[in-house]
Amino acid sequence: MSVHAAGPVLVLGARSDIARAIARRYAKAGRTVVLGARNAASLDADRADLELRYGVAASAVEFDVIGDEPDRFFAGLPEVPGTVVMVAGGNGVQSISDAEDAAAELVMQTNYLGPARVLLAAARVMQARGGCIIGVSSVAGERGRKANYVYGSAKAGFTAFLSGLRARLNGKVRVITVKPGYVATRATADMRLPPPLTAQPEEVARAVFDAEAKGRDVIYVRPVWWLIMLVIRAIPERVFKRLSI
Amino acid sequence: MSATKSLSGWGRYPVLDCRTAEPPSTAEAARPHPERLGVARGNGRSYGDSSLAAAGTVLTKHLDRLLAFDPATGQLTCEAGTLLADVVATFVPRGWFPPVTPGTKWVSVGGMIAADVHGKNHHGTGSFCEHVVWLDLALGDGNVLRCSRTEHAELFAATCGGMGLTGIILAAAFTMIPVATARIAQTIERAANLDAALALFEAGRHWTYSVAWVDCLANGADLGRSVVFFGEHATQEQLPAAERATPLRQPVRGARRVPFDFPAMALNRFSVRAFNTLYYQRQRPGSALVDIDPYFYPLDALLDWNRIYGKPGFVQYQCVLPFATSREGLRALLAAAAADGSASFLAVLKLMGRPSFGLMSFPMEGYTLTLDFPVTPPTMRLLERFDAIVREGGGRIYLAKDARMGAEMLAGYPGLAEFRAVRQRYGLDQRFRSAQSDRLGL
Repeated sequence: MSVHAAGPVLVLGARSDIARAIARRYAKAGRTVVLGARNAASLDADRADLELRYGVAASAVEFDVIGDEPDRFFAGLPEVPGTVVMVAGGNGVQSISDAEDAAAELVMQTNYLGPARVLLAAARVMQARGGCIIGVSSVAGERGRKANYVYGSAKAGFTAFLSGLRARLNGKVRVITVKPGYVATRATADMRLPPPLTAQPEEVARAVFDAEAKGRDVIYVRPVWWLIMLVIRAIPERVFKRLSI
Repeated sequence: MSATKSLSGWGRYPVLDCRTAEPPSTAEAARPHPERLGVARGNGRSYGDSSLAAAGTVLTKHLDRLLAFDPATGQLTCEAGTLLADVVATFVPRGWFPPVTPGTKWVSVGGMIAADVHGKNHHGTGSFCEHVVWLDLALGDGNVLRCSRTEHAELFAATCGGMGLTGIILAAAFTMIPVATARIAQTIERAANLDAALALFEAGRHWTYSVAWVDCLANGADLGRSVVFFGEHATQEQLPAAERATPLRQPVRGARRVPFDFPAMALNRFSVRAFNTLYYQRQRPGSALVDIDPYFYPLDALLDWNRIYGKPGFVQYQCVLPFATSREGLRALLAAAAADGSASFLAVLKLMGRPSFGLMSFPMEGYTLTLDFPVTPPTMRLLERFDAIVREGGGRIYLAKDARMGAEMLAGYPGLAEFRAVRQRYGLDQRFRSAQSDRLGL
C-alpha cells in the first residue's frame, strides 16, 4: 500500500544530480513533477525528458532558495504541491568560508536560512490538505568537523528545524529528514570516496521515494551511516578536536 | 569541476589516468576549454583507447535527456549521453525499437554515432548513422553546428564513425522502427564448417537479423564450425494466445555480476574448448520465440563480464574482409586462431551489407569476424599475424574495438585523407585527440 501524497511533487534545487534522480523516481510513479531552480528556462530539457520518458506532466518554475518572499513563491504555483522535496544547498569550501564573510554567509543561507523559510511557507499552504515535506539534510550536521563545520552547522540547524516542524505538523503534513552520506555526484567528482559508503544519486532517489511510501521520519540512505555517526557522536570532544576528519 | 580518474575501455586495456570533466548540460558541454585537449566518452564501451584522453576526457553521462519523439515518423531526439538501454526500456512498450543495435545496450547514443555501430541487421539495414537525421556538434571553440546529410555534410560524414575526433556530440535525432511485439522469432541452424556457415548467410539474406557464433578452436575439417542465429521481430499472430493482449510487455530480468577479476589462468584452451563444445551442442536447430534481451544482448545478462579476463584485460579483434577475399581470409584467421589455441571466449561472424557514408565508418560489404583475446605477449604477436591477413585481403579493423594496431592498418580506410582534411579545416585536430588518435596519428 502506498501512502504517497496526492498532487504534484515539487523538487526544489532541481538542477543537482540528486534532484534530477528524485524527479525521475517520482515521475516514474506517475506523479506530476514541478522543478524549481534559478534560470528555470534552462530546465526545459529536463522537463521534456520527464514528460517523454514517463508520460507525466512536468513543468519548471523560477525558484531561488534564498529568495525574499517564499510565501509569494508558493502563492504563484498553479497547484498546491502534495510533496515538497528540498534538495537545494551546497557544501561551499570550508577554507573560503574561514577567510571570507560573504562566502560563509552564503553557505549558511543556502543550507539553513533559505530552506527553513521556504519549508515554513510550504507548511502554511499545505496544512489544509496535507502532504509530505522532505528535507535533504546531511550527516555533516551531526557533529562539527573542521573540514566542513560552516556547512555542517547549517545542516545541523536544518535537521533540528525539520525535527521541530515534524512535531508541530503532527502527521497532518508528514516531514522526512534525509541524510544521504557520501553521494557520487558532479560536486564530489574530484574526491576519492570509499565505494561502500557512497550512494549513487538514483539510490538517494529511491530511498527518498520509499521513505515517503513507508512513512519514515529520518533516514540514512545507506544504513551503515547510522552506525558511523553513532561512533562519531560518541567520541569525546577532547579527542575529537584533534582528529583530522 | 574536474578530477583525475583511471580510465580504460571495456577491454580494460590500456588503462590511462585522465583528467575528466562531467558537464551537467549540453550548454556547459559546448563551452570552450582550451586547456582540455581531448575526447568525449559516453558509457566507456568502446574496447580499447578510443575514449581516453589524458588531458581532457569529457564524460557525457549527465547528458542523458530524451527530448522529443514524433510517433508519426518514429524520430527520437535525445542528448548524446542517453543510454540505448533507456531507449529500449522506454520505447519498446510503445512499439518502437532502435533501427540498429550493437551487441550491448549499455552504450550511449553519442558513442553509437562516433563508432557508427552496426548490428545483426547490417546486411539489410546498414549502420546506425544511416538512420541519424541530424546531430548537434560542439566544435570545442564555443560553436555548435547542426550537422546532417544536407547541413555541414562533410562534418556529418566525418563525425559518423569519427571516434569523437570531430567534436563533442551533444544531441541527435534518429529514426526508430515500429515493432508489433517485444519478441524475436528466431531460427537456429548449425554449420559444420566455414563454407556451410557462409552458405547459410547467403541463403539467409532475407532475414532481418543474422549472426553466427563460431567455435574458433575447431580445426581441420571442422574449421569454422558455427551456430547461425536468424531472427525477425515477431508479429502479434506469432505470439501464444495468452500473450497477444500484451504483445509489448518485456519480462523483468535480473542480471548477474562478475564479482571479482578472474585469475589469468581461468580461461585456457581447455575451459574454452569445453565451453564452446557445450554451447555448440546446446543450441538446438529449430525455431522459437525469444525475448529482445537474450537475442540482442546475451552478454548484458552478465554485468562486468570483462572481468573474466582478469586484471591484464583483453582485446577484441574485429575485422571485415570484402567478399573477394573473405573466404580465404577467414579461413586463414580461424586456422591461425585454432592453431594458436589462445582462448577466445567469443567469436562472432556476420555478413555485412553496403558501406556507410561515414568517412571512417567500419562496415564494408563482406564478412566481419570478431574474436576476444587476453592481453599477453603471445596473443599480441598473433594479432600482428592477423593484421597481415586483413591487410592483404583489403580489409579493415574496427576502431571501436582497437587498442593495439599500428598506423599502417589505417590503409583500410579510404576516407582517411578526407577525414584529416575536415579535421584541419575546422581546427578540430587542434582540439580533439584520444590515446587512439595519438597512437595512430589520426
